[in-house]
Order: sequence, then C-alpha cells, then structure tokens
Amino acid sequence: MNKEASIYGKQTRISEWFIYGAIYLSAAFATLLLVFIIVYVAFKGAGVINWEFLTTVTSTLKHTVGIAGNIVNTLYIVVITLLIAVPIGVGSAVYLNEYARPGRLVNIIEFTTETLAGIPSIIFGLFGMVFFGEVIGLGYSLLTGSLTLTLMILPLITRNTQEALRTVPDSYRNGALGMGAGKWYMIRTILLPSAMPGIITGIILSIGRIVGESAALLFTAGSGYLLPRAGAFFHKILESGGTLTIQMYLSTSKAEYDVAFGIALVLLILVLVMNLLTKFLAKHFDVNRER
Amino acid sequence: MREKGLSIIGTKAAKSAVETTAKYIFTVCSICAVLAVASITIYMIYSGAPAIFKVGPLDILFGTAWEPTSAEPSYGILYIILTSIIGTAMAILIGVPVGVLTAVFLAEVAPPKLAAVVKPAVELLAGIPSVIYGLLGLLILNPIMYKLELWIFKDSDTHQFTGGANLLSAIIVLAIMILPTVINISESSLKAVHGSLKSASLALGASKIQTIFKVLLPAAKSGVITAIVLGVGRAIGEAMAITLVCGSAVNFPLPFNAVRFLTTAIVSEMGYAADLHRQVLFTIGLVLFVFIMIINLCLSKLLKKGVSNDE
Repeated sequence: MNKEASIYGKQTRISEWFIYGAIYLSAAFATLLLVFIIVYVAFKGAGVINWEFLTTVTSTLKHTVGIAGNIVNTLYIVVITLLIAVPIGVGSAVYLNEYARPGRLVNIIEFTTETLAGIPSIIFGLFGMVFFGEVIGLGYSLLTGSLTLTLMILPLITRNTQEALRTVPDSYRNGALGMGAGKWYMIRTILLPSAMPGIITGIILSIGRIVGESAALLFTAGSGYLLPRAGAFFHKILESGGTLTIQMYLSTSKAEYDVAFGIALVLLILVLVMNLLTKFLAKHFDVNRER
Repeated sequence: MREKGLSIIGTKAAKSAVETTAKYIFTVCSICAVLAVASITIYMIYSGAPAIFKVGPLDILFGTAWEPTSAEPSYGILYIILTSIIGTAMAILIGVPVGVLTAVFLAEVAPPKLAAVVKPAVELLAGIPSVIYGLLGLLILNPIMYKLELWIFKDSDTHQFTGGANLLSAIIVLAIMILPTVINISESSLKAVHGSLKSASLALGASKIQTIFKVLLPAAKSGVITAIVLGVGRAIGEAMAITLVCGSAVNFPLPFNAVRFLTTAIVSEMGYAADLHRQVLFTIGLVLFVFIMIINLCLSKLLKKGVSNDE
C-alpha cells in the first residue's frame, strides 16, 4: 500500500480485483448452473416427450412407455393436499393475525410453524408412513401422501397468508367494524379478498413444493403408475400412486434415463410456469412477499 | 385490539354465536401446527427409541459395523452419522462462500440489469426438484469423479473403486442445493443494513470492497448466520438427490469412499427392512430429527435476536 496516498489519486488495490473476480465468478456460477441444467435436461428430454409419452401408461404388453398415470396421481395429490391444507393454513394465519393476543399460545404456534418448515421431507415421510399409513390404517395411498404433504406445506400457506394480511391497512378493519360488520363478516368480506393475491402466491409455491417432492411420498403414496379405473375416480385416493417425481426417481434408479429425462423436462416446465405465475401475481398485486 | 362488532342486522345472540364459532374454528386451525409437531416428535421417539435399547445405546450410536441382514446382524450407525455431519460441513464450507459472494453481488455490486438476470435464476434454482439434481449428479458428476478416482488411486491396491459415486459427489450436489437458501437470506439481510452505515464508511474513504466486507457483512452477521443454519438444515435433511450419487455403502466418510447418509440409509433400506432392522432405520430417523430440532432451536434463538437488534 502506498503510504503517501493522496485523496485525489484513486488507489487501485490488486487484492480487490481478486475479490471482485470472486464475486462475479460466484454469481456467474449460480446463473450458468441454471442455464446448464435447463439446456441439458431440455436437450436430453425433448426427444422423449411426445403425445404417447404423456397420454399412456407404461405397459410391457402394449409396448408403451408413458407417464399418464403419474400425471394423474400428481394432480390427485396436489388437489387433495390443497383442499386440506389451504383452509387450515389460512385459518391459522387469520387466527394469528386477527384474533390472537401476544402471549404464550402465539409463541408456541409460531415456534411450531417455524419448526414444521424446517423438518426435512424424509422425516415427514417416516411420520406419514407410521401415523397415517399404519396407525390410521390408510396404507400406501394417495390420501396418506396428501395428508403427509399437508403437514409439510402448512407453514408455507400460513406464512404467505400472514404476510398478506399484514399488508391490509388497519383502516379497512376499522372501517368495516365501524360500519357495524361483525368480525367474521369483516374477515370474510374485507380481509380475505384483500389478502387473496398473497394466499394464491402461497398456493402456487405449495404446488411447486408438492410437484417437486419425493422423499415424503416414497413411503406414503407408494409408486403405482396406473390410471384410475373408469368409475373409480374417488376410490383411487385409497390406492397407491406415484407422482412424477417418484416415477423419475424410480426410473433413474432402474437406469431408465430416457424416461427420467422426459419426466425431468416436464417437471422443469412445471417449475418454470409456477415461478412465472408467482412473479406475475407479485407484480400485478404488488404483494410484498418475503421468503 | 379490535372491539366486538355490533350490528343492527340480526339478533345479537345469533351473531355472537357465529362470531364465537368462527373464532374457535380459527383457533383450532392454528393449533394444527402444534399438534403436528407434537405428534411427529412423539412418533419419532416412539418408533425410534425401542431399537436403541434393544441393540444397546453404545453399540448402535458408536458401533461401526452396519450389517443388518447378516446372520448375526450388527447395527452400528456411527459411520452413517459421521457421514452426515462431515458431508454437511463440507457442503457448507463450499456452498456458503459462493452463496454469500453471490448475495454480495446481488445486493451491492451488480448493475441492475445483471441483477435482474441473476436473481430470477437463483429463485428458479430453488424450485428445481431434488431428484433432478440427483439425476444430473449421477450422469455428469459421477463420471468425472470416476476419472479422478482412477487417476488418484491408479497405484493403490486397497482402494475400493466406486465408479464415482462417492462422498465428494454428494458434497458437491449438496453445496449446490443449499446455494439458493444461502443467497436469498444473506441478500435480504445485506439489503436490510441501514444505508447510513454504508454512506459513513464510503465517506471515510473506505473502498467499496472494504465497506462490504468490514461494514456491511458484519452488520448483516445475524442474517448470514441464519442463512448458514438454514443451509445446514437443508443439507442434513436432503435425501433423494444424494441417494443417487453417494454410492450407498456404509463406509468411513473419506472423499472417495462410497458412503451412506442418515437420510439415504432410510431411503435405500426402508423398502425391504423388517423387524429390528426397520426399527433401527427409525432410530436413524430419530437421530436426524434430533439434529434438526437442535438446528431449529438455534434458528429461533437467532431470529429472536435479530428482531431485538432491529428494535
């Protein structure tokens, strides 16, 4: 370092260029990694995906390889999980934001929500397998998988709804209450509609989580890949069914890399769409969302 | 904070019944999370603890031989625990510097146009299902590792060749998978540092790099630590991606050994395990759960500290 450095001369420090280099390199790594993943998967998977792949189930008799069953299973799991988790998650957020007074109960609820968000999916899988599968007796079924995932995405929905409720100005509440609305009426007609973009963001993030989930489903929803029989759509929820991710894992471990890349591409496209949807929502409704 | 609503429509009794019901329903909803954590804790202990006493706490936690299916089975999970700890630590060692530097890039260095490319890329990385990381690790990383392995151990007679499915591959995959978590949290904590600190430092003549590393990062310390702790949680709990790349044999965690993590032991054996073997797998789950609970407690302490610092 120059001891007689003048305040007019700009010092150049070689070491700083290295640090800048490291910073740019790190950022470039993260970005190029994504580009690489997308290009590689698209390149390998594009050849596999065709109409037959998407609309048939794998069958040695008919010589078809397809993932229609897995797509349907994924839809089942997404719908059932959201049907259970969204009311509970939103209700919980409403309680925490609108009813609860700061105190022990709130602390416990917030701590457990935090904890639930930190538990790895494999633990949910073990718990789901024992509790929903064996104690309640649902076995390997789509319902077991959905109930397990419900626990997993609950914090995501609660957190996003809370975030959205916080951005609703207090004047809305006071206005509604001042005009004589009951609290429940106020929540139903003012708060929830105002918080809707945040709730939907939470739902989309949850769908992304569910679609990408594998460890929690392997031992709860099982790995069935058949389409539901005609007229047994409802009964299907008590049968085993592997989602796209599960099928992809199984195909990979059986070294059927073509199928795996086909599914990987489908999953990537889904993830991209979800991501764009959340972006769109955040932009158009100006929800300040923090993760 | 808000008074009970009085309405001119409907009788007061009917209204208050609805209000009370609504309140109770919301309360029940919020208690679901508590019930979930409580029952997960109870069931993890209930299904994981018996094997500890059947095998013996020392034999299971500090035993090194994992032969659950042999005629005289032994259930030592020390190597599995060590693999998880070392694997996670190494992944953090690699992932955190890259992540924090990227966060610095996004928060301080990047021109807005570049940041507008990098930020969404990081968000997308977070959303990629872990199985995809596993598949790519298996098909891209493992062959590279195999070549490296052939080259390093070409004269060794004792080394068991793994075909590249080893601890090092798993560490790299884990390091990549924790990147988005580390980047996002560190970036938002860097951005939350009050602007006056930065201005003061720059006005005193510190260069931008000096400001970032001697003022901003120390000020954002609790956020960066939170990011690291979250990264540890994510890495230690990751299962499917590393199942595919780690080789899945119980060995001492050396870089070029095929290894088995806490999570991958469960994934790869739960399908066929029975009786005591199965119970031991639940014990592995319990060990993992204990690790996670410790991490969660640290996290909630950190977050509370962060809040009191802000006030």
